[in-house]
Amino acid sequence: MISARTATPRKVLSALFVAACALCVALALVPLAFVLFFVVSQGIQSLTVEFFTHNPRPVGEPGGGMANAIVGTLILTALAAAMAVPIGVLSGVYLAEYPGSRFASAVRFAADTLNGVPSIVIGVFAYAVVVLPLRHFSTLAGGFALGVMMIPIITRTTEELLLLVPNALREGALALGATRARAVFTVIVPAALPGIITGVVLALARIAGETAPLLFTSFNNRFFSTSLVQPISSITVQVFTYAISPYEDWHRQAWAGALVLVTIVLVCSMAARVAAARVANIRGR
Amino acid sequence: MRSSDFGFRVAVGAFAAALLLIVVAIAVTLVNDSTLSIQKFGLRFWGTSNWDPVAGEFGALPFIWGTLYSSVLALLIATPVALGIAVFISELCPNALRAPLIFLTELLAAIPSIVYGLWGIFVLVPAVRTVETAMPESLRALPLFSGPPLGVGMFAAALILAVMVVPFTSAIAREVLRTVPPSQREGAFALGATRFEAIRAAMFYARTGIIGAVMLGFGRALGETMAVTMVIGNNPQVSLSLFAPQYTMAAVLANEFTEAADALYLAALIEIGLVLFVITLFVNMLSRGLIWSMARQASPRRSVLVPRGAEA
Repeated sequence: MISARTATPRKVLSALFVAACALCVALALVPLAFVLFFVVSQGIQSLTVEFFTHNPRPVGEPGGGMANAIVGTLILTALAAAMAVPIGVLSGVYLAEYPGSRFASAVRFAADTLNGVPSIVIGVFAYAVVVLPLRHFSTLAGGFALGVMMIPIITRTTEELLLLVPNALREGALALGATRARAVFTVIVPAALPGIITGVVLALARIAGETAPLLFTSFNNRFFSTSLVQPISSITVQVFTYAISPYEDWHRQAWAGALVLVTIVLVCSMAARVAAARVANIRGR
Repeated sequence: MRSSDFGFRVAVGAFAAALLLIVVAIAVTLVNDSTLSIQKFGLRFWGTSNWDPVAGEFGALPFIWGTLYSSVLALLIATPVALGIAVFISELCPNALRAPLIFLTELLAAIPSIVYGLWGIFVLVPAVRTVETAMPESLRALPLFSGPPLGVGMFAAALILAVMVVPFTSAIAREVLRTVPPSQREGAFALGATRFEAIRAAMFYARTGIIGAVMLGFGRALGETMAVTMVIGNNPQVSLSLFAPQYTMAAVLANEFTEAADALYLAALIEIGLVLFVITLFVNMLSRGLIWSMARQASPRRSVLVPRGAEA
């Protein structure tokens, strides 16, 4: 197969292959550029101060904003984090500290499974276990749904990062007579903390952009609300409502909401990247 | 083991158990809350197309069809592109380009579904409509392209799904390629292989893992909700036509869940959620199994993708 005589067509084929791969990269970057371009150019027009300070106005009345939805998204993600960070980090600690057991394998499997469950199905689950017993849509239900989505991400991130901590640190702490708990919380976790925080921030950014699990858990609310047992607005659900409406003015608001969402994602992933680079530098990797 | 250490293990183990509990609770809840529909319709639910909430008749075939069809189409578009990107980033590109390219593809994955949907409604759908209108009559006669040029429909949904799946599949394929021992490529080069031939050898070595990566992308596409809901047209019908408005399981949940007025309607929707859960569970397990077996064969080195516990 490999002989000097056929070298030329083979080299051409190889060059074509390299070009095709480069083309694939370009092909994927086209939609990215398109989406970012439209979100920024359409969104910036409606992104006024009023957008951040006012609640939605009724149809036909121009102006208004998403103040209630922005606060709603903040509350929902905070609730999700309050639920997912302790469970996620501590189960990550378990997986990193006791990796070999059958129970650990089962937990790892559960985390990967949960990670693959479609977000809309998590919404159905939250509806069944929180909305039905409470008999109405609520902030709690939305926060619960987002929290369930966040747990496996944080679990696996924490586990990976704890395993990067050199074993000598762990052994050193234990040799000095520290209990396992003390070694974990004063030596091992602090060593991995920047990475864990980065992971949490990335998970938060992803969760803040979720719509499907909120549609029938936190639902939507035209008014400003901070109640945990009432429906609450969120940027994503509000963008959805506006996008499928027939009103020009609402479409503009939807683009502005999308711009806010994309900005959150961009800022978080850039911050995470910078933080990750710094951690890598410190480790000298 | 000290007793305090045992206490610690039990305490953090309890949090880990929460994960198991959640997965079991999801399965149990979905089965439990869809019993009404499962008992009334049985297998008919999966095979009939009549979705009539007023008459109390529920057949999920159009939704199952729409989900599978849109995901398969998305996969056909996304797989070559995703693998091309994975190969370019892991094998071909200059070192200085690697980090920025990874960042950009990750950004593509990080953009929320709802933003893709908004872009889909106002930019992609009109563009697709233009293409559909411009298509010659002779082609329009084919069942694949039949129906009025609406813009919304299967084609727009498949395109937007493909865009969303590409970064996902390429990231995993990249990780898989990283686990291929350098000796594979070096061996090929030593035998006088061109770049293409060396990469082909590496990809052949990694084939199980790559299939796993593609399937994991498939699982992602199956469950994708918002963007698809916004561009697929939401019309329950089983049609081969790319231009026909259709419906998916995730989309019908998003659209009709809050409208479900009676218990049977709600149970039928929850059963759709159950079906979606089971299908994605199956696809994910299969793909993780493939990726894992590939990584084990390639190197004993730890990999982000691999459920490590399985080694024990």
